[in-house]
Amino acid sequence: MVDLLLALIILLNFAMLGSGRIRVLIQTAALQGVVISALPLALGHEHTLRGVVLALVTLAVKGFVIPAVLLSAFDRLKIRREVEPFISYAASLLLVALGTAAAVLVGRQLPLAPEHAGSLAVAAALATVIAGFLLLITRRKAITQATGYLILENGISIFGLTLVGGVPFLVETTLLLDLVAGVFVMVIVMNHIHRAFTTLDTRQLTALKE
Amino acid sequence: MLAIVLLLLAPALAALVAGLMRSERARPLVLPALGAVHLLAAVATIVTRPIAGHQDHLLVASLWLRLDALGSVVLLALSVLFLLVACYAPGYLAARSERANRVLVVCFCIFLGLATLATLSQHLGLMWAAIEGATLACTPMIYFNHNQRSLEATWKYLMVGGVGIALALLGTFFMAYAAIASGRPAELTYEALMANGALSEPWVRVAFVLLLVGYGTKMGLAPLHSWKPDAYGETPGIVGALLAGGMTSVAFLALARVVGLVEALGQGAFARQALTVMGLLSMAWAAVFMVRQSDLKRLLAYSSVEHMGILAIGLGLGPAALPAVLLHLLGNTWAKSALFISAGNIHRAFASKHIPAVSGAILRLPVSGTIFLLGFLAATGAPPFALFLSEFGLLQAAAGAGAWWTGGIFLACLVVVFLGFSATVLAAVLGETDAPEPEPQLGDSWRTTLPPALGLGLVLALGLWTPAPLRGLFDEAAASWPVPHAAAVPHPAPEPVP
Repeated sequence: MVDLLLALIILLNFAMLGSGRIRVLIQTAALQGVVISALPLALGHEHTLRGVVLALVTLAVKGFVIPAVLLSAFDRLKIRREVEPFISYAASLLLVALGTAAAVLVGRQLPLAPEHAGSLAVAAALATVIAGFLLLITRRKAITQATGYLILENGISIFGLTLVGGVPFLVETTLLLDLVAGVFVMVIVMNHIHRAFTTLDTRQLTALKE
Repeated sequence: MLAIVLLLLAPALAALVAGLMRSERARPLVLPALGAVHLLAAVATIVTRPIAGHQDHLLVASLWLRLDALGSVVLLALSVLFLLVACYAPGYLAARSERANRVLVVCFCIFLGLATLATLSQHLGLMWAAIEGATLACTPMIYFNHNQRSLEATWKYLMVGGVGIALALLGTFFMAYAAIASGRPAELTYEALMANGALSEPWVRVAFVLLLVGYGTKMGLAPLHSWKPDAYGETPGIVGALLAGGMTSVAFLALARVVGLVEALGQGAFARQALTVMGLLSMAWAAVFMVRQSDLKRLLAYSSVEHMGILAIGLGLGPAALPAVLLHLLGNTWAKSALFISAGNIHRAFASKHIPAVSGAILRLPVSGTIFLLGFLAATGAPPFALFLSEFGLLQAAAGAGAWWTGGIFLACLVVVFLGFSATVLAAVLGETDAPEPEPQLGDSWRTTLPPALGLGLVLALGLWTPAPLRGLFDEAAASWPVPHAAAVPHPAPEPVP
């Protein structure tokens, strides 16, 4: 069950890197958030109050609040719908495939505890971090970069939720709070970028260099 | 006990008061008041802090929040820096009355609170959350000027810093899993983690690399420093001082705690090697970009990259170099306040921060020009300033450890930095000027020159004489540096994955 969810998460990475519409991209990221929030429950040993609350908070933050903030910014700023990558979609997919392969290789080098033997979690987490990073560096628009950051954080959550059970609840929720605050700040800055340059194309942001 | 509570509550309260205040003129006065209270509370906390092994368990989180010697030094550096910057802020913000200052003042208070929390936290996750929060609090400060250039700097800071801090979180989780993979509970307090002795080597190493990249980005170690010249270049001098002195020192503390932890977990040699390489790279990179640098604030940003490199090299030399490293941290933090504030004064009077538009600053702003010139000498480690002592101490430690190559490259970089720094500073401060006399409100006054002069004076005083309590803190930090657990309870190696 858990491995099925993890495989779905990896597939969603490919979908996001290949998607040409910003709205679809953000919605796919939201779907990935929903799948991730199911991980603590699917694990079985987290059927405690703590596990349920954690799943609900993750679901609210990653599945609804942050995608809604990004989508409303998208609508309000009247951004053109295309993603506008620096590299072609084929190249993006190739890179994310290479990244996933690298993640699987690294995952196999790291010894897992007996209870996690054979788990896909490390590979899925690293593959998602790499996919988020790729989205962040190969896309022109600030809103796509912010979505990339969200996906990168998704990867980290996968690792935290499946393998690290002992992290105190306070820390887990603080992390989610930080993520919400971070995305809010990004959206505020995006509004300013849009007002100042009348576009969200970060290629305008090249005045500062040596 | 009471002092710790005050230390954490005062910034929150000040942020609330500043946020509710309506008067643009009165609001900045919150900052010096907060700075004074914070410094008093910090000194009280440091003096009355429980001796190791005798912590009071009054706080539920006493294992999470505890001030050790290392944290004390960083807290002192931060608190004094904040007071200096806070005393300068009302005058500066009055001169910049065209911009609303509510957000800036509130963010200053929040930053101080979260940075203080980071110096107290003995828990990897809490440390991460505090630094992430402090990072976010800095974002609106960088955008204070509200122009296109500062917007670009803010976006780069958010993206580069965001990815860096995210990787630090992944490293934190990996460190927890290192314990789980070795069949230990996933406790994230340093004490509990260290008590494990040697943990799964691949996990500890990968976790360390991620944490080094994460907190190294916050410190601005090359090649992760790309946000730094942009952010420092486009922001007011007071924010630059707070970032270059405060944010970097706290990130250094986080990294130092991680290095100590990794040392206790048996991977110290690996960590020290990585730190030395990154430190030397930072120094060399900064040196290259400081030569023929015409922008005063970007020059200071590269100087910050250089000093972070020096701190990383010092960590790489092991506990013997720690007293010199901590002296260097104090000197760098306070010297940065003098440099950034006086550079801000020059920037305002000349309406430029580039040479040759800035020339003969000492003729127009005699006091700020002198402070900038002396600040340059302090930052490049000229005697009798504190950084001379600390850099000399680091060289001695390098020689003592037989690290001749490290010492040699370190010295060569210092020389290049001195030459590059001096060319720009001398051109800006000395020389002829045909700029008109600045209007009276842009000229030197005691409000704009006393805080940086005090900062410079502290660096000078530390170079001449290290007070005994401070020396005691340095030595205690070195003595309590974790050692590898040779006698750790052996435990079965984890089952290899089939």
